[in-house]
Amino acid sequence: MTEAGLTMLNRTADSVARSTPEPLARKVRGISDKGLAWLFISPTILLLLAINIFPLFWAIYLSFTNYRANRPGEVVKNLGLANYRRILGDQDIWIAMQTTAHFVFWTILLQTVIGFTLAWLIDRKFRGHAFWTTIILVPMMLSPAVVGNFWRFLYEPQIGLFAYVVSFFTGIAPTNVQMLSNVELAPWAIVIVDTWMWTPYVMLICLAGLRSIPEYIYEAAEVDRASNWRQFWSITLPMALPFIMLAVLFRGIENFKMFDMVNLLTGGGPGSTTEVASITLKRQAFESWRTGYSSAFAIILFVAVFGLANIYVKALNKVKQR
Amino acid sequence: MSLTTAHSVVAPSSNAKRISGALVVAYALISIVPLLWIFATSFKTPPDSIAYPPKVVFQPSVEGYCNLFTTRTRQTPEYINSLGPATGLCDETVRKRNMVIAGPSNFLPRFVNSLIIAFGSTFCAVFLGTLSAYGFSRFKVPLADDLLFFILSTRFMPPIAVAIPIYLMYREIGLSDTALGMILLYTAVNVSLAVWLLKGFIDEIPREYEEAAMIDGYTRLQAFWRTVLPQATTGIAATAIFCLIFAWNEYAFAALLTSGTAQTAPPFIPTIIGEGGQDWPAVAAGTTIFLVPILVFTILLRKQLLRGITFGAVRK
Repeated sequence: MTEAGLTMLNRTADSVARSTPEPLARKVRGISDKGLAWLFISPTILLLLAINIFPLFWAIYLSFTNYRANRPGEVVKNLGLANYRRILGDQDIWIAMQTTAHFVFWTILLQTVIGFTLAWLIDRKFRGHAFWTTIILVPMMLSPAVVGNFWRFLYEPQIGLFAYVVSFFTGIAPTNVQMLSNVELAPWAIVIVDTWMWTPYVMLICLAGLRSIPEYIYEAAEVDRASNWRQFWSITLPMALPFIMLAVLFRGIENFKMFDMVNLLTGGGPGSTTEVASITLKRQAFESWRTGYSSAFAIILFVAVFGLANIYVKALNKVKQR
Repeated sequence: MSLTTAHSVVAPSSNAKRISGALVVAYALISIVPLLWIFATSFKTPPDSIAYPPKVVFQPSVEGYCNLFTTRTRQTPEYINSLGPATGLCDETVRKRNMVIAGPSNFLPRFVNSLIIAFGSTFCAVFLGTLSAYGFSRFKVPLADDLLFFILSTRFMPPIAVAIPIYLMYREIGLSDTALGMILLYTAVNVSLAVWLLKGFIDEIPREYEEAAMIDGYTRLQAFWRTVLPQATTGIAATAIFCLIFAWNEYAFAALLTSGTAQTAPPFIPTIIGEGGQDWPAVAAGTTIFLVPILVFTILLRKQLLRGITFGAVRK
């Protein structure tokens, strides 16, 4: 059917729908549309209130106290803002935040550059591109914890594959490739695994961005004799930018929360060189059992993610509107 | 057609295509090596798994899988000789290391927990998500945008931060270390994805279908059941697989909130210890078995993948 025909059909259906006496449709079984809407939506809202919002308020309450979860009988004292003040003045917490920022920065930089390049290459539709794209996607579908644990084996100096490959290409003795116990290398060990795992994710979103650019823009550029380089900078990159930014947003939020991989690869060590915010939080909450104090830290983290994400989404919308 | 000609001017030359192809294939091969290594290691003997240089060619063995599914005790050779003939392949393999099988390991129960919790929470999340998505898509809900954003924002919290109050709450009401508690938690986490994804799918189904059905005398509910649901099946299936993958792979909540009976496989696999350290072939075997379902789903899902990972923010 032609497009005009379809539109006509839609319009007819529309007018039929509009001319239907609404009350007739509504009253057949006694539930009004409004009641039905709430019937459909309320279970989800109730579940989220019970499992997300109620605990959140509980955490806010706890953040003002000295409560310790491993001593339920103890008298709980209200400390006011003391927990928050202590956190903002705590050197270790600031170091953890810096470590987190470093991770977020390097993983996003690497993943965006590699991911976009891959998407750009795949977009040329060489033979077998669908097959190889599927292969590339596999790492991101796996459990970060299970895979992270196995990377500990790959990183093992002396017996691990990674150390072997590095020493094969660089001539450094494999016993010196101490990825997880060397203070300098440990953060990079995590950056490598995270990049390996999540580059496909960025690639996929970039690919959608590239595919969304209409062909005729390139054709017009070709008519104007714009060079390939010029086409890339004035068409490809700006048109794909909102998608790249979306990928950065999702990866940013996820990596800010990063826990499983770090916990299994290094557990925050050696020393505290890879202790990201989530690891600090876990240590405070479930090892030192400073529940009130860690709740305050959790609230601060939540506000930070929420605030940063909001600012970022505003910037993203501006780019989209251009 | 003239368009095709114009296109062929723009299309990259076959040389450029060949170079891009080669680069992508190189990346794919490098990135798949760790997984192939896991797979290969699961069929090595413990000494082979820690040989240096790493062994690419080796005598395959089922020892890793045997160690994964059983617990073993060390015995003297005299005692082992006094036993009758080995009762199976695993028994035989284990005896070569002067051990006998003492009983089943915890892997199977943990794997079953993963299945129950992942499928249970997926079912609940998709059920609730479909209803809500339909509600948001078809009715005038007051503050709909705010509610939708609220639903999404529940994903901004670091899991560890949520885990503290959940831990306390579950302890109070007796849900800690239970499958039901984990199902509720994963449902709550997944329902945001389900609502956002499914709303996108349902928005694309023309309202006229239901309206036509209602003219024929169906009620809203019947119209939803008979026209919308069948149309949304693909979307529902894709959403279900995403929820399943999340619940299957989740580690942080599982590690903090379960310790015994309700523990899932992700926190369990890293704890598999052999004699003198981690038993890498057994860990690799556990990892392999754990990864297989997800690999199958990835291949089935590759076309829907994009929508799922972006909450439907990118249409394709």
